[in-house]
Amino acid sequence: MLKKLRIVLAAVFFIGITLLFLNLAGVLQPWLGWMAKIQFLPAVMGLNLAVILGLVLLTLVFGRVYCSVICPMGVFQDIVSRLSSLRKGKALRFGWKKELKVLRYGVWVLYVVAIMAGVHAFVVLLAPYSAYGRMIQALMAPTHLFALSAVSAVVAILTFVVITALSWAGGRTWCNTVCPVGTTLSFFSRFALLRPVLDETKCRNCHLCERKCKASCIDVANHRIDCSRCVVCFDCIDNCSHGAISYRFAYGRKDAKENAPDGGRRAFMAAGAALAGGVAAKKVAVTAASVAAAAGVASAQGKKIDGGLAEILPKQNPERKLPLVPFGAGSLKHFHDRCTACQLCVSACPNNVLSPSSSLEYLMQPEMNYGKGYCRPECTACSQVCPSGAILPLTPEEKTAVHIGVAVVDYDLCLVNRDGVSCGNCARHCPAGAIIMVRKDPSDERSAMIPAVNEARCIGCGACEYLCPSRPLSAIHVDGRDVHIVD
Amino acid sequence: MGNDISRREFLKISGAGAIGVAAAACASGRGGQQEPVSGQPQQQGTMEMRTNPGNGDKVSLLGYGCMRWPMVKDDSGRDVIDQQKVNELIDYAMKHGVNYYDTSPAYLQGQSERATGIALSRYPRKSFYIATKLSNFGDASAAASQKMYHDSFDEMQTDYFDYYLMHAIGQGGVAAFEKRYVDNGMMDFVMKEREKGKIRQMGFSFHGSPAEFDELIALHSRYHWDFVQIQMNYVDWRHADGVSNANAEYLYDKLVSLNIPITVMEPLQGGRLANVPDNIAAMLKERDPQATLGSWAFRFVGSHPGILTTLSGMTYMEHLVDNVDTFTGFRYMTDEELEMIERAATLIKEYPTVNCNDCKYCMPCPYGLNIPEIFKHYNSAVNEGLIAQSSAQEDFRRLRKAYLTGYAKAVPAERQADHCIGCRKCMSHCPQRINIPAQMQRIDRYVEKLKRGDF
Repeated sequence: MLKKLRIVLAAVFFIGITLLFLNLAGVLQPWLGWMAKIQFLPAVMGLNLAVILGLVLLTLVFGRVYCSVICPMGVFQDIVSRLSSLRKGKALRFGWKKELKVLRYGVWVLYVVAIMAGVHAFVVLLAPYSAYGRMIQALMAPTHLFALSAVSAVVAILTFVVITALSWAGGRTWCNTVCPVGTTLSFFSRFALLRPVLDETKCRNCHLCERKCKASCIDVANHRIDCSRCVVCFDCIDNCSHGAISYRFAYGRKDAKENAPDGGRRAFMAAGAALAGGVAAKKVAVTAASVAAAAGVASAQGKKIDGGLAEILPKQNPERKLPLVPFGAGSLKHFHDRCTACQLCVSACPNNVLSPSSSLEYLMQPEMNYGKGYCRPECTACSQVCPSGAILPLTPEEKTAVHIGVAVVDYDLCLVNRDGVSCGNCARHCPAGAIIMVRKDPSDERSAMIPAVNEARCIGCGACEYLCPSRPLSAIHVDGRDVHIVD
Repeated sequence: MGNDISRREFLKISGAGAIGVAAAACASGRGGQQEPVSGQPQQQGTMEMRTNPGNGDKVSLLGYGCMRWPMVKDDSGRDVIDQQKVNELIDYAMKHGVNYYDTSPAYLQGQSERATGIALSRYPRKSFYIATKLSNFGDASAAASQKMYHDSFDEMQTDYFDYYLMHAIGQGGVAAFEKRYVDNGMMDFVMKEREKGKIRQMGFSFHGSPAEFDELIALHSRYHWDFVQIQMNYVDWRHADGVSNANAEYLYDKLVSLNIPITVMEPLQGGRLANVPDNIAAMLKERDPQATLGSWAFRFVGSHPGILTTLSGMTYMEHLVDNVDTFTGFRYMTDEELEMIERAATLIKEYPTVNCNDCKYCMPCPYGLNIPEIFKHYNSAVNEGLIAQSSAQEDFRRLRKAYLTGYAKAVPAERQADHCIGCRKCMSHCPQRINIPAQMQRIDRYVEKLKRGDF
């Protein structure tokens, strides 16, 4: 009964959150948005005390139901593990394992340090809900993600491979050794009011529960259950034909004590390997991008023939002095400190502005680029979906008063100078009226007009950059602001 | 004066079945060296034929405009003509008596002549008439122009042209004409080719003002235009702006008075008259629920006896079948029908559609815009009554969604109207003299308003 309830709730959360990521965030946000907002790590990053407190209380009462129900990565591993168990002779593939304390707490300490030191890449890499979000994006639209950021695509696919392999072989290994959220909740779950308890008097030592425990936390030999690792899936209760395991009030009972084997070295190696993978992936991505850029060649024209479409070179992202982060992010620091790189905003952005960063510093945290669209004045989608408070909600009216960057003109690229045509498309489309067309030669009444930026009015939305006819590099681009200015 | 001929008079007479006589009676100016284009007495179930008074050619009143053949993507993603479909279309047309095929070296990214030639080469050369053009818009030098002329023979697999046109002249008047055809010696060259029999009939296709037309017609005594191709349909008959684009009625009357046979282009305004605003569609359907909207446009043109042939760019078999039906056992319009169609034309002009006929002469736009598709999407929204007037109106969200999703599907973001920089390169190519950049900005402003949702 309890197991069925768990499965139903888990299915609801898993499907709901997955749908959120499938580019349906705009449609489903009003109904399902809360599912992303009660995720543990985003709530911590967003200092959402109500959610943190709620989840801690939940764990103190029921144990780690969060890991079995709310966390999509946890449910994903349960599904993989279940499939693995369906193989012939693999139904009883688990067994009691000692807690890998050094690895587990080593990673956790490292993680906390990383958050405090602002090592964003490491923080977002292990964030379970966010890693799941990236996996879904990579699986559902691999080419799309690859085009946005090859590094992110590679990391997401690697995450998928590693998580799948770990849960295929060992159930909840990841959750009980690496996952920082799992470890955090374990501090509370070991004191949970309600826990599964193994009754020595009824147990016939058949080990069935142990062999089927995906968390490997039941020690039948000593009749103990390690509740720091138990994700309260209720599989053991369901499987025991002697009624020896029950889920009941057990505050104050001592859990099994184990001596920790030396796992510290392994922990460091694992983390190091992950980082090295990221660096290698970046190199591959950079090479791929430059090959793609070289492939764009304009076609020559002979006699005037009718019809056909001129080839359009794809826009190349300019080098920005500072990166651009969304309206509502407040500042680069606020955004980068809080973002867990779940990519919900990336999938919610209807204007193709957001993409995961490929820089090592901000790995997979979204950044803005205006090659395929610009941050339209009426849209606040990313600020509505962000679960971690990296992008704080704002209204379209409030948005008009925020300045996230400032446009800069490259007069060598501007078509007025380069091709001698008249243009002014940037000025025509600037929603802030920040671009003034001025005479190129002030002494000539009929001089060609070139754009100039009124820095005070520019909000950094990128309409000018997106609509600039110069390709592949726009003649006008937006540099980010360190701290967003609000009028 | 051409205006002496009243259309109503024509129709009364044509209703009595004596069009030829009427046309002859109207042909005042030139003293009857040539017989006017004459209609054949109709038998039920045969293609309406007209006779060219200049050389006796028996031409089908429905001609094939080869500017809109169906396209497919080849292996490398390039647009190429679907030759198999072209063959099927021409087979059907030939079988049903369509014997006039009009093309140009410029059409369909330069592929039309060859595709048309391939399909026609499967029939005896004497069983059809070929019309093609000297489309020297780009390089108008003697060498390039002559090469274009000679290339057309190879492309079309023929050693003579039945009809040969100086392509799209009028804008810029005689000066522009001289630049493309006189200064480079091409008119002398073409006239010699006519004497040699390589060109059987020589004429020009016209887009421009009444004054520009008069200038070119004044050259008749020098060049002897065997025929002239004009844009004619029930809207442009009296509702072209009449200033930069002459009304078809003016051109028609003038040519009839000079006894010059007329070939007609854009009888359907590039398909726009087959997709008219809803209230006009209702008006036409009420009159005859069975008749397709397009058939009215063709009957209007065909009901004028001075017309030798009416070109239609039939992309799909359904277009062809419908038009063949219209011109088989052709029914001349009654006075009452003519009055109704004139009312329809007046109403159509009240809609803010862009008068783009999708000829694609403006393309490719150097900045990658898909100009005709942008106009087409806008026009269809206008015709279907899907243009929002205010974001406060009840169905605003529906109209917004309909326009924007359709727009995104029809035109990729980087080819939409907001990318027009106003370089005006397209404007000199547009036979309809649309101020394309201004229209692009108008449509862009509308799209922007839709997106922002506050107006």
